[in-house]
Amino acid sequence: MGEYETGDVIISVRDVAIGFGERMIIDGLDLDVHAGEVLGVVGGSGTGKSVLTRCIIGLVPKRRGKITVFDQDLDGLTRAEHKAIERRWGVLFQHGALFSSLTVKQNIQVPLREYLKLSEPLMDEIARLKIAMVGLKADAADKYPSELSGGMIKRAALARALALDPEIVFLDEPTSGLDPIGAEEFDTLIRTLRDTLGLTVYMVTHDLDSLARICDRIAALAEGKVIATGTMEDMLRHPHPWLKQYFGGERARAARVKA
Amino acid sequence: MPEAQLASRVDGSRLTVALAGMWTAETAGDLEPQVASLIAEGGSPQSVLLDFSRVQRLDTLGGTLVRGIEMAFGARGIPIERSGLSKAAATIYGEIAEGLSEPAPAPAKAKPAIVQALDKVGEQMVDAGRDLVALVSFFGEVVAAAGSLFTGVGRFRLAAVVTQLDRVAFRAVPIMALITFLIGGIIAQQGIFFFRDFGADTYVVDLVSILTLREIGVLIVSIMVAGRTGSAFTAEIGSMKMREEIDALKVMGLNPVEVLVLPRLTALVIGLPLLTFIGNISAIMGGAMVAQFYGQIPIDIFFTRMQEEVSQRHIWVGLFKAPFMALIIGLVACIEGMRVKGSAESLGQQTTASVVKAIFLVIVLDGIFAILFASLGY
Ligand SMILES: Nc1ncnc2c1ncn2[C@@H]1O[C@H](COP(=O)(O)OP(=O)(O)OP(=O)(O)O)[C@@H](O)[C@H]1O
Ligand SMILES: [Mg+2]
Repeated sequence: MGEYETGDVIISVRDVAIGFGERMIIDGLDLDVHAGEVLGVVGGSGTGKSVLTRCIIGLVPKRRGKITVFDQDLDGLTRAEHKAIERRWGVLFQHGALFSSLTVKQNIQVPLREYLKLSEPLMDEIARLKIAMVGLKADAADKYPSELSGGMIKRAALARALALDPEIVFLDEPTSGLDPIGAEEFDTLIRTLRDTLGLTVYMVTHDLDSLARICDRIAALAEGKVIATGTMEDMLRHPHPWLKQYFGGERARAARVKA
Repeated sequence: MPEAQLASRVDGSRLTVALAGMWTAETAGDLEPQVASLIAEGGSPQSVLLDFSRVQRLDTLGGTLVRGIEMAFGARGIPIERSGLSKAAATIYGEIAEGLSEPAPAPAKAKPAIVQALDKVGEQMVDAGRDLVALVSFFGEVVAAAGSLFTGVGRFRLAAVVTQLDRVAFRAVPIMALITFLIGGIIAQQGIFFFRDFGADTYVVDLVSILTLREIGVLIVSIMVAGRTGSAFTAEIGSMKMREEIDALKVMGLNPVEVLVLPRLTALVIGLPLLTFIGNISAIMGGAMVAQFYGQIPIDIFFTRMQEEVSQRHIWVGLFKAPFMALIIGLVACIEGMRVKGSAESLGQQTTASVVKAIFLVIVLDGIFAILFASLGY
């Protein structure tokens, strides 16, 4: 958990606005993420879930508002301070974003090499462990991203995001492209890491099974804001028409039965 | 800065290893040498006890280190016990043990250096041969695609050709004109400088005109086009290949050669002669300018002499070569683009290869033409 007790606010987003050109994607959004929780972020396609995630990790500039992570305002940081924070989070991009000219093993070792001074054998051992933990076969280690299937890319990217045992992981649709068994293993892995290492998980997902099974809290994005946060039950009771449709549909019902 | 400690003591025949503090990513770098020396100096006790009771936090990196200790003593046949693991640490340690349960795969054996070097040479020879075959077979595909335009199977993409022509030729005019202007000027300056000793200043007119019209104009323009346009073609087609866009075209029943390659080649074959013509004029202007100001040869005398002395056929020799250069550059660029594999690195490699090969072939082709025209007495 680092210095953070479970339940402390670890990411706070206040009155944030993000836009491209004339169009505002996010406008006046507030969101808190608590240490040690799994937060699921839902919303229709194109509502700005990925954009918000990219903004929190500093890839997309915001028009206004304030974002603090680990109690530090991300705007006022020096390069070194920023780097120190980046070391404490891991990011899984929606499309994997593995480095195409490196093998899976080398991809996982990029953050290890950048931040730690470890011997080659130990780094190989760590890469082997991460590969096994995300459910990849050992022979995937020496493959290049172009030789992997879509689901394998997701797993490899997750392994890279988890390389440094970060305190927060940002996951953009981690289970899309995984078979149901893989998705379930993934959920179990996330829960284990959360329980044992106190990992905080910020997860954008459309996977109702994941939402029901591992998310402590759900934040729903619509109209450029967070329209609701709470547990699965809160979402089900919420009067907003989009939420009604999202969680009241056939698929949602099936997921709840399973969970 | 978080801290971690590793201490060991011997009670009789048992080695007790006490772990303390934060066994995490931050401390892994410091702990690793300590772990290594513990393993090296631990000797062969009857048993080993790992005492986790003062560990504040254990993550997968720290856990991997601890497991390294276990594996090392385990390999010497020494039984190992753990004590004082917290529940979280026990779970994570279990995950680690499970994840690393398979033995590490043996690394592939490296061949001796001499074999590797010979391997490389052989590979490159084979590659060079393949390149030639690929060029010819790709040319065949292009011809087939061009043929399909007439049978009605394919479609002539006028809009694409015009767009490409704009990029290949029109937008290249300023830079081509500038470069050839400078080259023309430089040739004239050198000519005047050396001819002056013989009192043959005016021969600079013949030098500049014949040299640029026959050789330099088309050569400089082709080399520039290879660098400017050939590389762009390779990068465009290559990144489409990387992102499966080429496959998408294929499954929609579109022929990538017809859709992507033909318009580009057509634009090049039309554009390069035009650029050569502009380059020729510009180089001669550069020469005339230098002759005027550096060699005191008035412009009207320059052009009168040019009209009297320089046969028109030189223009045709230069322009005749241009479409062939265009074909070579375009074919090489598109083939290299199609060869891009999944990685960004291969895109870079292929783009470099495209430019280098295109320039090489342009020069070789120019040499062949020189021999040909010389033997024809043209
Ligand atoms: N770089 C950009 N320039 C302009 N508009 C952008 C850019 N990136 C995203 N957008 C727009 O922002 C909106 C939100 O995109 P975003 O990728 O965040 O959607 P999302 O909620 O993640 O959707 P999905 O569930 O499909 O991944 C979209 O309308 C998109 O067109
Ligand atoms: Mg998205």
